[in-house]
Amino acid sequence: MIAERYINAVVLLGLLVVPSYALMVDEPFTITLATRAVVLALAAVGLNIALGTGGLVSLGHAVFFGLGGYAMGILAFHAQTYAPLSLGIFEIGGTKSMPIIWLVAIVVSALAALAIGLLSLRTSGVYFIMITLAFGQMFYYFAISWSAYGGEDGLSIYLRNDFPGLNTLQPMPFFGLCLALLCLALILHWRLLLSPFGLALNAARQAPQRVETVGLNPMRLRLVAFVISGAVTGLAGALFADLNRFVSPTMFSWQLSGELIVLIIIGGVGRLFGPVLGAILFVVLEHWLGAVTDFWHVWLGVILLLIVLFARGGLLGLLTGKEGPHV
Amino acid sequence: MSTLLLIEQILNGLQFGVMLFLMSAGLTLIFGVMGLINLAHGSLYMVGAFAAAAVAGATGSFLLALITALAAAATAGALVEIVVIRRLYRATHLDQVLATFALILIFSEGTRWVFGSFPLFLDIPDALSGPVSLPGGIKYPLYRLALIGIGILVALGLWWLTARTRLGIQIRAGENDREMIAALGVDISRLYTIVFALGAALAGLAGALVGAIQSVQIGMGEPVLILAFVVIVIGGIGSIKGAFVGALLVGLTDTLGGIFLPELFKLFMETDAATQTGSALASMAVYILMSLVLIWRPTGLFGARA
Repeated sequence: MIAERYINAVVLLGLLVVPSYALMVDEPFTITLATRAVVLALAAVGLNIALGTGGLVSLGHAVFFGLGGYAMGILAFHAQTYAPLSLGIFEIGGTKSMPIIWLVAIVVSALAALAIGLLSLRTSGVYFIMITLAFGQMFYYFAISWSAYGGEDGLSIYLRNDFPGLNTLQPMPFFGLCLALLCLALILHWRLLLSPFGLALNAARQAPQRVETVGLNPMRLRLVAFVISGAVTGLAGALFADLNRFVSPTMFSWQLSGELIVLIIIGGVGRLFGPVLGAILFVVLEHWLGAVTDFWHVWLGVILLLIVLFARGGLLGLLTGKEGPHV
Repeated sequence: MSTLLLIEQILNGLQFGVMLFLMSAGLTLIFGVMGLINLAHGSLYMVGAFAAAAVAGATGSFLLALITALAAAATAGALVEIVVIRRLYRATHLDQVLATFALILIFSEGTRWVFGSFPLFLDIPDALSGPVSLPGGIKYPLYRLALIGIGILVALGLWWLTARTRLGIQIRAGENDREMIAALGVDISRLYTIVFALGAALAGLAGALVGAIQSVQIGMGEPVLILAFVVIVIGGIGSIKGAFVGALLVGLTDTLGGIFLPELFKLFMETDAATQTGSALASMAVYILMSLVLIWRPTGLFGARA
């Protein structure tokens, strides 16, 4: 059995080495695949804060992913058409600057998470799962019927957005940006786990009554976790949209919410690197199995079923021989 | 806006509502008795529709198609329960969500494998096709009227089953205290398989019936499944009465909202903007309804448990 920190180091090293090698042998598609894995991992790291640490099984995290995507899509759309964006009383111009887009994506999805959290955290268990799912559908149908921004067809952005000092049109610098943000999110989650807040949140998952007895409010702890979680997933959505230069209502779809949970589970739930490992495995499977058969989702389903029934800790659980935290 | 149109839309809403009830009844029963959240319920709806379309295509008999749909969905349900679901009763909600999500992937892609990606079509039987005149000079499709009738019959049948039969007593007892009825000698795992197969059969019936007015295609179950979740959250999980009231509320809200919200906004907005805002809001109306119900009653209209 291997210690978890060595596996984490290998995963991180792999994320540096594989794209660099692809750059050397001139295989830009591999870099794009790696970027896809890193961005999905970032989204799942966000969800892991709520799901793994907070025990909140949200089946609607695509809301934040989609909001991040549309934040990017709408700002860049106004920048490329030079039409000002009207916000009721005042008007602002669009922007192609990534840092501003990221900030907007984070703020918008955090606000949405606050509103959804306030409503749905009143409930728990199955009700919570179904309500987050329903909120996801609400946003999905809204995006479809909102024809000002493409409706069902989505929005295409012709050029990737800019980051000061980097040529983001090249795959490698953009990959570097995404990886840097993923590392920041991992550090955030790691610091969070060690902080008093993280300890209280963990406790609120395992024994809510005891947390209440010592004078803490589990509902408030969960709400804060949900907001942080939504913000990180929203940032990932903005990056995902920039990777594809395309936003569409499918970013809000409930299948995406499901897949984000799947990423965490195949990697290892509640572990720092679980989502990262899961996202890499998912993208590799999607690419390889997708090349062998059109029906690769059947095999994904079978693998997922086997993991749930027989390998509770996911891949990290198998490698380390420890099941990991229970959610 | 004429009265005729209003009545027609209300009938459409009722028809949608009773079909949602067929889905929600199984879902709520399965949750109430086994404590299981079953995302794959939509797949059983799809299985019913595909079985019906295949049999109707081969034999031309709609009745035979319906019977096959019921049998196929019930068999698929019982099989899934014995092979997979049985291991999930003691598992966490997260595991249940994941395992049944995996089942959706397997069912959907498996069906695509067998039937291909193109939608199938299921024709309305001749005896039920065409419009019928209702009092007041309303012409309404006979088939949709028949769907309302079937839905109400099934609702009555379910009430009779749970309130008046031995199986119903066991089901209700299972909801309250599974250890106790196991101790009294009821074969719990057989009871669970029966309840699951019953829920699956209802979903399959809904799929076959709705399949004749929509196309039969991969992924047709999931939008209905999510609406069925909304229904049982509104009605209160585990309550069949709640599922019935919730289903009618959701069916009427969805149908009437789509027609009347744009009209409502036209009263004080420009036509384009009103259509735009109205239809955007209409597509979210059932979810807004759900949020309102939850703020008012976090366990739904007829829900007892927290």
